[in-house]
Amino acid sequence: MTKIFTRMGDGSPLEMTEAELRGDIEDGISQAVEKGDVPPLTQEEIEYLVELFKRDDRFVGVPLGKEVILSYDAATLKIKRHALFEDRINALAIYERLLGADTLELCHVDYSYKVLKPIVSYEQATLEQALYNTHAPLFYGAMPNLGLYTQPDGPFPNPMELLPQGRIEEGRAAYDQMVEAAVEDICFIAEAMWESGADAINFDTVGASGDPDFKASLMAVERLRGKYPDLPIMVGMAGEFVLGMHGEMYYDGVRLAGLYPKDQLALAEKAGAAIFGPVVNTNANESTPWNLARTIALIKPCGETASIPIHANMGMGVGAVPVTDYPPVDVVSRASKAMVELCRLDGL
Amino acid sequence: MRTAGDLVARVQLSKKLRINEAKKYVADKLKIGVEELCDPVIMSEVRADLGFGVMMPLGGTPKGLECKFNIARVLDLDINCLNRFKRMAGL
Repeated sequence: MTKIFTRMGDGSPLEMTEAELRGDIEDGISQAVEKGDVPPLTQEEIEYLVELFKRDDRFVGVPLGKEVILSYDAATLKIKRHALFEDRINALAIYERLLGADTLELCHVDYSYKVLKPIVSYEQATLEQALYNTHAPLFYGAMPNLGLYTQPDGPFPNPMELLPQGRIEEGRAAYDQMVEAAVEDICFIAEAMWESGADAINFDTVGASGDPDFKASLMAVERLRGKYPDLPIMVGMAGEFVLGMHGEMYYDGVRLAGLYPKDQLALAEKAGAAIFGPVVNTNANESTPWNLARTIALIKPCGETASIPIHANMGMGVGAVPVTDYPPVDVVSRASKAMVELCRLDGL
Repeated sequence: MRTAGDLVARVQLSKKLRINEAKKYVADKLKIGVEELCDPVIMSEVRADLGFGVMMPLGGTPKGLECKFNIARVLDLDINCLNRFKRMAGL
């Protein structure tokens, strides 16, 4: 019997029979349907995935005419991560004129809005110079990262210490204060960067600290769009599911805890985001076909209903891309192709 | 910049258009077919002709901010840093 080569969610090589492949795809879809309250994929879409994984091409791509935008988060940080100690303005030029990036992002190595406040004028000067030397749309980006707002790093009591003691109201009150402070910090930085000429602002890994993190981001988007109607904001999520760290946080009458991508999108649109980046986390203990089928089922409703562009997160550990620093191109290209074609995406 | 991704991305950002509408917007402004937007040979010529910036810019050709003025004019887009530049330069 012919074996099909693919990989586990940690990137390790894997051989499957066609029956095993079909089983994993169907199980991945079932998981998405059960957890995310989304419709299952059609039989035609399942056959598409089976044929995609049966191909022995090392690399696959979308058909002519189906190309999408490739946007990048934390670009200058990633140059540094490779131990390339390049000036950030040069790093951006490398991204667009050597790597062919469609969008650019200037960021600080300490990638959170809170820590940028004392150094904002240095960041503005770098951005202003970078805009002279580059051509592609240049974002300024960072994470809301509400984790930095608790003692001893921040000013507020730590709900993770209060909640286990049964001090629920005190914990929730701390979260409320953190949201308020984070909105101020995010807007302070975003306004400064917009005034310095940025093409757009990126809110990266939104929801990493659960529902307070998501709420702060939505409130900041709404406030910024009210003040600067032309300011485009990209909202990229941290995970597929908004954790209920507070549990009773609402935006526009919707409880944030437990929201999956299609409902996250609706709120991002309502707040005024220009681009939404949904995430589905890769399960390292399952196969890539399982992860990809599950990811597509969860994100497809976004592509079908969105009124704004959708740039799904496709990188190490998300979007069915394996959890490894060196994602193999065979599975990365299969995941990218299928996501674009089945989810009607506008970018990755 | 090998093709038209940066241009389509600008339209997505400023007009919140989905991919097909954004591509059509750019193609119409450039007076080329949508299918030509992703062709590096055709687009490098289009970009050079319109002064949009290319991957390997030679001396005497538009670069950086100069290209953004051309992009804004041809695509009929408002580019934030150009407004700041004009304000700062007293133009």
